[in-house]
Amino acid sequence: MSEITPELVRHLAGLARIEVTDAEVAQFASQLAVIVDSVATVKAAVGSEIQATSHPIPMSNVFREDVVRPSLTQKQALSGAADSDSGRFKVSAILDED
Amino acid sequence: MAKEQLMDYQKALETYEVVIGLEVHVELNTNTKMFCGCANVFGDEPNTNVCPNCLGFPGAMPAVNGKAIENSIKIGLALDCEIAATGRFARKNYFYPDLAKNFQTSQYDEPIAFEGKIDIEGPSGKVFTVDIERAHMEEDAGKLTHVGGSTGRIQGAEYSLVDFNRAGVPLVEIVTKPIYGAGDEAPELAAAYVRSIREIVKNLGVSDARMERGNVRCDANVSIRPKGQEKLGTRTETKNVNSLRSIEKAVKYEIQRQAHLLSQGTAIIQETRHWHEDRGATSSGRPKSDADDYRYFPEPDLVPIQPSKEWIEQLRATLPEKPAIRRKRLQELWGFSELEFRDVVNSDLLDEIDDTVKAGATPQAARKWWTGEIARIANSEDKEISEMPITPKQVAEIAGLIDSGKLTDRLAREVLTGVLAGEGDPAEIVSKRGLEVVSDDGALLEAIDKVLAEQPDVLEKIREGKLQAAGAVIGAVMKAMGGSADAARVRELVIQRASGE
Amino acid sequence: MSLISRPASELAAMLQSKEISSVELTSQQLANIDKLNPKINSYLTVTHEIALAQAKQVDELRAKGEKLSALAGIPIAVKDNLTTIAIETTAGSKILKGWIPPYNATVVEKILANRMPILGKTNMDEFAMGSSTENSAYGPSLNPWDLSRTPGGSGGGSSSAVSSMQAPIAIGSDTGGSIRFPAAVTGTVGVKPTYGAVSRYGLIALGSSLDQIGPVARNVMDAAMLQDAIAGHDDMDATSLPESLGSMTEAAKNDSVKGLKIGIIKELTGEGFQAGVSERFQEALDLLVAAGAEVVEVSCPSFQYAIAAYYLIQPAEASSNLARFDSVRFGLRVMPEGPATVEKVMAATREAGFGPEVKRRIILGTYALSSGYYDAYYGSAQKVRTLIQVDLAKAFEKADVLVSPTAPTTAFKLGEKQEDPLAMYLNDIATIPANLAGIPGMSLPVGLAKEDNLPVGIQFLAPAREDATLYKVGAVLEKLLENKWTKSMMDFAPELKVN
Repeated sequence: MSEITPELVRHLAGLARIEVTDAEVAQFASQLAVIVDSVATVKAAVGSEIQATSHPIPMSNVFREDVVRPSLTQKQALSGAADSDSGRFKVSAILDED
Repeated sequence: MAKEQLMDYQKALETYEVVIGLEVHVELNTNTKMFCGCANVFGDEPNTNVCPNCLGFPGAMPAVNGKAIENSIKIGLALDCEIAATGRFARKNYFYPDLAKNFQTSQYDEPIAFEGKIDIEGPSGKVFTVDIERAHMEEDAGKLTHVGGSTGRIQGAEYSLVDFNRAGVPLVEIVTKPIYGAGDEAPELAAAYVRSIREIVKNLGVSDARMERGNVRCDANVSIRPKGQEKLGTRTETKNVNSLRSIEKAVKYEIQRQAHLLSQGTAIIQETRHWHEDRGATSSGRPKSDADDYRYFPEPDLVPIQPSKEWIEQLRATLPEKPAIRRKRLQELWGFSELEFRDVVNSDLLDEIDDTVKAGATPQAARKWWTGEIARIANSEDKEISEMPITPKQVAEIAGLIDSGKLTDRLAREVLTGVLAGEGDPAEIVSKRGLEVVSDDGALLEAIDKVLAEQPDVLEKIREGKLQAAGAVIGAVMKAMGGSADAARVRELVIQRASGE
Repeated sequence: MSLISRPASELAAMLQSKEISSVELTSQQLANIDKLNPKINSYLTVTHEIALAQAKQVDELRAKGEKLSALAGIPIAVKDNLTTIAIETTAGSKILKGWIPPYNATVVEKILANRMPILGKTNMDEFAMGSSTENSAYGPSLNPWDLSRTPGGSGGGSSSAVSSMQAPIAIGSDTGGSIRFPAAVTGTVGVKPTYGAVSRYGLIALGSSLDQIGPVARNVMDAAMLQDAIAGHDDMDATSLPESLGSMTEAAKNDSVKGLKIGIIKELTGEGFQAGVSERFQEALDLLVAAGAEVVEVSCPSFQYAIAAYYLIQPAEASSNLARFDSVRFGLRVMPEGPATVEKVMAATREAGFGPEVKRRIILGTYALSSGYYDAYYGSAQKVRTLIQVDLAKAFEKADVLVSPTAPTTAFKLGEKQEDPLAMYLNDIATIPANLAGIPGMSLPVGLAKEDNLPVGIQFLAPAREDATLYKVGAVLEKLLENKWTKSMMDFAPELKVN
């Protein structure tokens, strides 16, 4: 039995900031249920003694010199923006406080 | 907004035990940002120190600033932390318009430094050892400007504007373990802790440490519990309290607010709160909820940080002395009394006085100016002393002008006013305003003779040994000279005249 | 024989000897694109003026006697998930429609430095999520071998362009097989280099720990020359390898496999593979053995978990990588119904701008990372990577290269798997382990499957950093096959009938 319920899909879509219709919720819930059941095999595959691999080629300490490189111009920075005002990106009113 | 009710502070402390925890964000003063080569500078035109990376453009990738890592390790070492053999960056995922990638590159379960401690002296002189849980690296967010509605606040704004110049500026977040047992000193201890952190990062040279610019920012966690209760109370997190005075006030406010609620049988809500300097109160922000699921995972675009033992020891060797040791040394060096020294520390003037002494002033003169006249003016203007537009070098110059007899105390205060008004260095102001002490004996004698002619009996009295009679003459001469005379010299000259020379 | 059907390596020699000009070649290439692209949909953007201007410039430089790179003047197609200054870059998504990046991907910079005219940007599944190009917001690309079938995905634009002579070579990106699978089903050569061999800076990320850019070509030498042109350390990509992996062009000149140990991966043969695919695969192995190679069987039992691990890691990383598409700094902005708050604008934009597969994977990835599920899903999946690396290390003790068919089947029909995401995912069974382990892999055409006359690919895998081994063995097998066929793979391709 899958954990993927319509409520969970709604919650996840909320975390991912995607508006979803009821039809999409139903569709995603049934599709994801199948996928999640399938990928859940990984849980059985590994024991706690196995290290996780987050980088396929192990490396460490890759640092950059603290030297200024050219930035974009303000015009370039804003060139793709849907809306801007006095050199800044413009967005609708923010509901949530950080 | 209805004013919240507060319990009397002393009463609150009789009933409840206070537990605080502090999260201090330190902006590093590297040349470039944490993950890209854009300049790390304050106050430039919006969106001019930005690149594909700090704007979160598709395809951009982070590249770690090695200097920022070095500085973070130094901070860790200065706080007696362990430095992680392997540290890693992680993504903290949440949507917010000032966060270009909609994740913050931070550190999660593998911070660069952990398990440290720092001794903090409370206002009574009692020393608290504050345990540091961790110091981790992360990037700053962009800056939002809220337009429309009332007073530029987020509530009621019509729209907001985003400047990403600050996005990606390197931050080190220092998190304490819960601090118990501070009692009525908790608010002052919180401020003293932040003061020490500020002092450390400033002395390390890793941050400009200017609170008014947000270089050092503090989130204060406060909870209270009835005395004798083991279970911790529900805490609130007051965000971005950005001056030492505010930290003290905000912690005190939260203690009183929470005490009132608990006394009424009302539960404390776990939430973030905002400090309002104007009305000296915190207000409710966002409640913590299940929605705070940041889905941390190791940043796949960056590789682990594994500082070698040799590197760590090299950095350790460069550390300046610890604040507690430095204080002890300075107190002895300056010869201040306990009271005088504590006043200096609590007024947050250690660095200013140290720098003023280094610039040539005597310790007492430096102390007198900073804790006296400058503090008085700052207070009357409702400013932090550190915000006052005067440098230790200028203060030392003023003190020097007094020592060399070129200025009287009164004139010096006028020069100080001129410096604060931005008129230039003390010497310039002296000449511009014509404030120099008249050291020409001829001019003084002329004035003295004029006064003596009007008060012939005075000379007689002085000759009889009644030296205090000279006072009236000195006063009159000073008045005639418009204050620009050295009273001690006038006195000498009056006595010379009386003795018939 | 027109210029456009010749391999890049031959054309490069003709350019160097000034037998042809880049303008001549590029013009012919653009003419064929104009003819075929409206039907096959390989390119999302064709950059006529830019390509011709670059061709003209390289001709002028050559006339002046300037020293030029091996591929100077060879036109190239670039997958649309690489950022290009002044050229629209969409990654196959509606959310980026019209976006003109203000910066070039490092690979694009290298292409420009090599003075290769850019023909345009090729179609792909939206954000490279898919195996057929059917997830492109701009319609699928068609397979020139059979226009009712997929040219593979996500890099079906590049594979269909190269196989239909709309480009001699192209850039692809491979997260779970997006270069190799399209190569296999279009009869082309596709290589996923070692993770970090080619800079990812400017590649619109899908799964950052899996993504790798690589060449798509019509033969091994062309692929080798292109890898040499784009590989190398880049300090803009922290995962970029510090060292050079040597010359692939030299490796592709190899003519012997004597003593080479070839490991057949037990788990990736036999059951579940189309008969015609297995037959061609075996025939290729027989040729290699006849040429002196030794075949051994190896086992990688953890491969059974590879797809599951991949479809946790890749959506998880993608869910975070794609969070930046929020309407604030670039791309689409859709206003919601009712009063607009920035939160609602973001949600409405992402709803309208992302296709269903992208949303599905973002939600799946969000789930895999969410609190309470992380250890079971993302955490376990990262451990599976370790198991796969261990299996591969053991296998490479016994063999110099590992082999399998690149894909279980030949090109499937468009629409065939679109309603069944899981069936589509299973297609990547043979290609995914290389991405999870970071090792290099090559798909090389080995002829047509008997039952459908469609191309079949063999996949070679080598240990990390040993990309040269792939080119060495690939070059020999290619020659053996061409000797046997007495022509090249592309000569089997049907005449394209377009109106």
